[in-house]
Parts: sequence; structure tokens; C-alpha cells
Amino acid sequence: MPLFVQLRSFFRNLFSIRRVEADFHQELQSHLEMLVEQNLQAGMTPGEAQRAALIELGGVEQLKEQVREQRLGNWLHSILSDCRFALRQFRKSPGFASIAILTLALGIGANTAIFSAMNPTLFAPLPYPRAGRIMMVWDVFQGSRSDVTFHTFRELTSRSYSFESTAALEAWRPTLSGANEPERLEGQSVSTDYFRVLGIPPALGRDFLLSDNAFHGPKVAILSNALWQRRFNADGNIIGKAITLDGDSYQIIGVMPLNFENVLAPSAELWCPMQYDPTRITDLQTTEWGHHLRMVARLRPSVTPEDASKELRTVANSPVPDFPRAPWASMNSGFFVNSLQAEVTRDVRPALLAVFAAVLLVLAIVSVNVTNLLLARGSQRRAEFAMRAALGASRRRMLRQLLTESLLLSVFGGILGMVVAQLGVRALLLLAPPDLPRLSAIALDPSVFAFGVVITGLIGMVIGVVPAMYASRRDLNAGIQPGAQRIAGGHQTIRRALVVAEVSLAFLLLAGAGLLLRSLQHLLAVDPGFQPSHVLTLQVQTSGHKYDDGDARRRFFTQALEQVRRVPGVSSAAFTGLLPLRDKRDTLTAGTYGAFFEKDQRGFDVFLYDVSPEYFLTLGVPMRRGRSLNDRDVASAPQAVLISESLAKREFGDDDPIGQRVHVGPLDRPWYTVVGVAANVKQTSLAMTDLDAVYITPEQQWFADDAMCLVVRTQGEPLALASNIRSAIWSVDKDQAILHVATMDNLLAASAAERKFVLALFETFAIIALVLAAIGIYGVLSFAVTERFREIGIRSALGASRRDILALILYQGMALAVMGCAVGLLAAALIAQAMTTLLFGVSRLDPPTYLAVILLLGLVCAAACLAPAWRASRVDPMVALRYE
Amino acid sequence: MESTTTTTLLQGTLDLLILKSLVAGELHGLGISRRIQLISGGTFQVKPGSLFPALHRMEEEGWISSFWGDSENNRRAKYYRLTKPGRKQLEAETRRWGRISWAIAQALEAS
Repeated sequence: MPLFVQLRSFFRNLFSIRRVEADFHQELQSHLEMLVEQNLQAGMTPGEAQRAALIELGGVEQLKEQVREQRLGNWLHSILSDCRFALRQFRKSPGFASIAILTLALGIGANTAIFSAMNPTLFAPLPYPRAGRIMMVWDVFQGSRSDVTFHTFRELTSRSYSFESTAALEAWRPTLSGANEPERLEGQSVSTDYFRVLGIPPALGRDFLLSDNAFHGPKVAILSNALWQRRFNADGNIIGKAITLDGDSYQIIGVMPLNFENVLAPSAELWCPMQYDPTRITDLQTTEWGHHLRMVARLRPSVTPEDASKELRTVANSPVPDFPRAPWASMNSGFFVNSLQAEVTRDVRPALLAVFAAVLLVLAIVSVNVTNLLLARGSQRRAEFAMRAALGASRRRMLRQLLTESLLLSVFGGILGMVVAQLGVRALLLLAPPDLPRLSAIALDPSVFAFGVVITGLIGMVIGVVPAMYASRRDLNAGIQPGAQRIAGGHQTIRRALVVAEVSLAFLLLAGAGLLLRSLQHLLAVDPGFQPSHVLTLQVQTSGHKYDDGDARRRFFTQALEQVRRVPGVSSAAFTGLLPLRDKRDTLTAGTYGAFFEKDQRGFDVFLYDVSPEYFLTLGVPMRRGRSLNDRDVASAPQAVLISESLAKREFGDDDPIGQRVHVGPLDRPWYTVVGVAANVKQTSLAMTDLDAVYITPEQQWFADDAMCLVVRTQGEPLALASNIRSAIWSVDKDQAILHVATMDNLLAASAAERKFVLALFETFAIIALVLAAIGIYGVLSFAVTERFREIGIRSALGASRRDILALILYQGMALAVMGCAVGLLAAALIAQAMTTLLFGVSRLDPPTYLAVILLLGLVCAAACLAPAWRASRVDPMVALRYE
Repeated sequence: MESTTTTTLLQGTLDLLILKSLVAGELHGLGISRRIQLISGGTFQVKPGSLFPALHRMEEEGWISSFWGDSENNRRAKYYRLTKPGRKQLEAETRRWGRISWAIAQALEAS
């Protein structure tokens, strides 16, 4: 029964509050009349009776407010009325409201967009069941991590107890032929349990079985959902059908689910079993003993990565006769176990964290800016607050009103911010370097949305608290008095402090952007070791059984090169097994071989380039000593090698290395004789000091690559010749795939793509920060000029010149800017340490950068000060003294 | 402002007094405050600033209900009467008050 009454009261208070109010008003009236009557009966005069009754009743409005606060559902009602009032306030000053909302939208939107890009890599677990247990296992070779050999993988899989499943994988790039034109696909060749380690089984058909992985086992493949839809029209009966890959018939046994994200090779579209031979373990020359497999493993429940690492070391230290080991896979240095999550994000983590920190700084500036706006408005509304307090609003009630206003501003900012975020995410996806991990997972998903909502709420509180405290503690009398505006409150100090904070935050962002800009400049100024302009690069991939024989592959590449040279506009052309600066992830371990000189037999790793002789001419790699490779360096001729300048320097100092003998690759190969020294070339990236390199001709290589890169120096625009060059290659064999057509300039630019991306974001944030800081200074100064209107008038009446007054106000503003710069400089010196990994060729305390930032910030601040200062200098003393 | 402090001091006690004053029959606001003064031997003077918030709160709790009626001088006035939950509340409050006053008396007698 009381519950029903309470509900009825609640809804009556909510929906027919006018009637409730009118009812109470009447009740008070009748009460007052009865009091008067009672007083009259007691013998007072009518006037006295009226007066005494009013005193007895007390303040009618306060009484009403007290009753209101007792009412059920009052909180909801007053929140609604607070909101209504806040909206009225916004409508009354649309300029203030729209600036605040736009600023907030910018901050919240930018943060939400950046968070959406960070979330999949930095915070969210990988999209696999219990993803935290998936580890990558690396062999340790000469102190650094290395891929594992097949036999190492086998030994660990059969002897270790830490993992419930393990898998090895490597790239597989088959050419799919059939009804449509041939297409080269990205795929992975994997051991049986690859999908079990990830924890995602195929959606259609079955997973790989142990029998699939037997040496010379059945040719079977599992398709990605994308490939299944793209090439096979999502055929529901595809399981068991055959497709032709590299001229062989493969049976399709499964299709992966649509949402399966393959973080280890995002572009892979199909998988086959790797089918290595476990029996010829004593033959060290087999591919099974090559370091070219990645290993992933799923930890058993309750086994930590440290346990696993320790256990693997135990296995490593206790060889068993069943698993003999090759000298280069001795496991002497143990294994490196790291979570897949950490592996996937390893390269980009510092950059992403820096960007996230930068965007949080933007949010801080936005909050400071809006707080400042609210403070300024608070002092304009002083009379209003005083009036409300006089009419019985409690301090808590006023605090709540002000917080409602700031929250409402923030909510509007948040709503608009989601639109900004949507645009921002689109821009990010356009700008993002293609090798950003988990690019496909970047979207405004629920967790990103939740992030947006949370920061919207937090910002609403943060920006509201200081202004609300200030506004609600004014004493009544001072506020209502006319001319109260003139009394500069203590909150001017706070506003100045906020502006100093803004300037210093902007300083930080500008300094960050400046350091990154200088790094990029330094990076692009690095000599790659060759002449990149007017060079076209592409990759030719042979496929099909007619190229099973290495000589057939060599023949094809030689003939193709002949045809390309005949294309009009081609100055020179060459094939190479390794292309500088192409796809750094792929070449990180590929192309490196162990080598040693005859003189001391000390082993080291080198990049091995098998290049046709014109390579040096085509790319413009200068010769330092001796001769270049030439057409006489064929298989039957003495084995010739060019070594890189860095290698010559390290091994021979200033001595002449020509004639020295070096060994590269398999041990049964004859010695190579050094015939010349070539200039150093950047292989993996401009920023890295690369391994040394050796160059030999394809004829003198022990193994004929099935894919080679073609480099072509052209007379005109390289890309204009691309289709002619393609036809020239296809005139030899039209079934061979041509990929990755790009100019060398493009590759150079792409190698700096990640830095450019981070720089572009920093620049955007820095510009926003600069503008906001300028607005902040302008706002505070304008307000100060208005407040000091009279004082300025008196000053000029007493003889201060316009220049004096201009200087006075400029000084006031620039003092804030200087303080901001000082604080910013200090903070930058402290936290620039965190950016060190992102910098290249520039110190984190690079003086020119900081000088430029100070200059820029100073100029912008001065510009922001000028308008209010100018206005102050134009004050007419007569008007100012009469002003009230 | 003064009445507010009185209300907070007499929180609970005021409810009890109002409920008690309505046992004999329905009363309007002024009637309630007169009756409380009368039954408390003039000790408690309930000001409108305490009375009305309490009345409205208690009405919303469902302990009392209100209606408009005619006063002794044929004036329209709002009357309050005790409801069934109100009577229960009064009993509970009375018991509680008895316990408290007994306990306070015990405490004061102990030396």
C-alpha cells in the first residue's frame, strides 16, 4: 500500500508538478490567512496581524524550495529542470556554447578515433579463445632471436610438456589457375595444429590432420572466407572439390570462418600442410635444417611463459640420440618465449603509445580551454548566482546546476565527437601504413564507443568542478551590487594558471611534432646507397612444373631480362634476389646466410644478393674497389663475389680485400673469390645499420630462386613503362605472375610510412593545441581588458600614452606565454625520454627544435595578445570613467 | 534558516508528534501545529518551515493523506488524516521512542 502511494506521488511529482505546486501554494495561502485571523482574535490591529503572520510563516519561496527538496523523485525532476535551465543558458549565449561544444567534440572525437586504432593492438586481447596463452617461440642465434628449423620444431614438440599444442608456419605463395586468369595468392604452409594453437577451427569442412602433414602426403588446402567468396562464389559444396595451385591439384578440405583474423599473416588467404620430411634428420643439407620457420604454441593451463622458457632450456641442455642436432641449431642459447600479442605489436608499440599520449595532451588542453570559458562565463553570471542563492537555492543545489551545465556541454560535445571520431577513423585508415598490425580490426566498436562515453563523462566533471566551486561560493551581497563586475576575483589567477598550463601543453605537442619532423628529415636525407629516381621495380614469380628445374627458372629469367631491355625507354635492367627497402617484415630474416673468410674462419651473417651483372649500373650502386660482376661470371667460371664496403672495412680495415676467399651458404659449395667492393646499400630500412652484404651472379648461386625482383632504370617516368615491361616478360611466358610494381621512390617513401603517419598525427594535434592555446590567451586577456576598463581609462587620463597601454596589456599576455614556454620546456626535457625510440638522428633535446617551438609559440601568442591590447590602447578615458 | 536547524534536531520526533496529533481526527496544518503545542504542554512550537516539508514527506510515504475541506471559519483548508500504515508507523515510532527515552533516562541516572 505505501509503495503504491509512493509510486503515485512519484509520477504525480514528475508529470503534474504544476498542480502539485499550485496546491501547495494554496495551502500556504490558507495557512497564512488562518494565522492572520488567529492574530486578529488575539487583539492585534490588521496591519500588525498581517506582519506577524508573515514573519511566522518565514520566506515563502525558501519554504517552497524546502518542500520541493523533500518530494519523491525530486532528484529526477530537478535534473530535468537543471537540464532545461542549462539549455536555456546555452541558447542565451550561443557563441559560448558552440565554441565549447566544438572544442569538446574535437577533443573527444580525436581521442575516440585514436583509441579505436590503439585498442586492437595495445589493449584488446587478440581475437582467439584465451589468446593470452598463445606464445611465439624463437631460437636464439648469436644472441638474437631467429626462426626455428623444422627439426628443432619437431624436437620441442615431442619433448616439451609446457604446451598443449604447437605449430610451425612459413609463407606460401602459390599461383591459382583455372577458369579465371592465373592469380598469385598469399598463403601459409603450416604444421597440423596451426588452427588448434589459435583455437579457431574451420567453419566448413575439417581441420588439418596428422596424416595430411606426412611427407609426400595428400595435397589439401583450407581457404579463407574471403578467398572462398571472391573466387568460389561462396560455394557451399566446395569441400572435396579440387583446385589447381602451381600446376598441382589440391583438394579443398575446409573454409575458415568469416571473422577469423590471422594476425600472423593478415593477407594469407589459404593454408596447406607443410609436409616436411622428418626422416632424413642426419642430412644437414636439407631444407628441414634451415632457419626459416616461425613457431607458435599454446601454453597448457597454469603454465606461465617463464615456466615454458625454463622447460625449453632444460630440453635444450639434454640432447637425446633420437634428435641429433645441426651445429647451427644446437639450442645452446636456449629459446625466447614471448606472447603472440606482444610479438604482433612489438614494432609499433612505442609509436602508438606516443600518439596516444599526444592525443591525451590534446584532451587536456581542450578541458583546460573549456574550463577557462566556463570560468569567464561564471564571472559574467555572478549576479545571477547571487540572486539564486538569495531566493533559497542551497550551495549544493547550485553546484549541481553548474555541473549539470558542464556535463550537458560535454554530452553535446561527446555526441558531436562521435561524428568527429567516425571521420577520424576513416582518415586514420587512409593514412595508416599498410603494415600497422590488426588494421582490419580498427572500427568504432562497442568498446571504443564505451571509451568515448567514459571520457565524455569524465570531461564533463573535470571542466565543471573548478568553475562550479568558484561560482557557488560568492557571497550574496557582493554579487548583486551593481559594478560588482569591476572587482577582479581571485579566479583570474586560476584562469591565468590555466592559460599557462595550456601554453605548456601546446609546447609539449609542438616539441614532439618538431622532433619527429626533424627525425623524418634526417631519415630522408640518409643516403640509401643507390640512385632511387627513375627506377621501376617489380617481382616476377615463376610457377608450374615446367619450372621445377632450377635451370629452367634461370633460363626464363635470362630470357625475360633480354625482352625487358628491348623495351623502348629502358636504359638498363637487372634481376636481383633481394630488393632494398621492400617489405621489411618479409626480408627481416629472409636472404641472410652464414659466411666466413678463409683467413680466420670466423662466422658472421650476411645478406646474399644474387644479381645479374647490370644490377649495380641499374640501381646506381657505386663500386669502391676492383671490378663489378659481369657476364663471364657463369656457373663454370671461377666463383666471384662482390662484398659491401662495410664488410671489407670490418674484416680488412684499409687493406685490399680483392683476391680473398670467402665461404657463403651450404658447406659443400666452393670458395668465392672477392673481385670487388660495392658501396653500402640500406636493405631493411633507412633507419637501420644493416648487416653486411655479398653479391654473386644467379649462375653461381647454388639455388635458383623461383621469384626474382626486376629493377629497371628508365629514361622517363618509370610507371609509364610498366605495362610494356609486363608484356615483354609475358612474351616469354604469359602464365607467370608479376607483382609489387612500384617505383624505387615509392619504396623509399613507404619505408618511412610509419614515421610519416605518426608525424602527421602529431602535427595535427600540435596545430589544434596551438590554436586552443591562442584562444585561451586571447580570452583571458580580452576579459582582463574589460575588467580593467576603468583603470585603463584612469591611466590614460593621467597621461599614459597609447603605446604605454599597449605595452602594459601585451606584457600581461606575454608573461603568461613565457611562463607556459618555461614549464613546457621543463616538462619536455623530462618526458622526451619516452620518445627516444621514435627519433632518428636528432637528440631529444635538439636545440633548433626547441628554439623553433619557442619562436612559433611566441609569435602565435603575441598575435593572440595583440587584439585585446589594441582595444585597450583605444580606450577613451572619458567613456571609461563614465562607464558603469 | 532557524527552523531548518530545529527540524534537523527534531528529526523523527517531529514525525512522531505529527502522527500523534492526528490520532484524534483530521486537522489542517495550523491545527496540527496548535495541537502539538497543546499536547506537549507548550514545549514544542512547530514552525511552518519544519511542518510543511514534514507533512509532504509523510504524505508521500503514505502515512497520512490529505484532502481539501472547510475550516472552522468556513475557510478552505487542507486537512490531513492518519492512514493505516500511518497508525502502524505511529506504533513503531512510539515503541522506538519509549526505548530511547528509557535508555537515555537510564544513562542519565547512572553516575
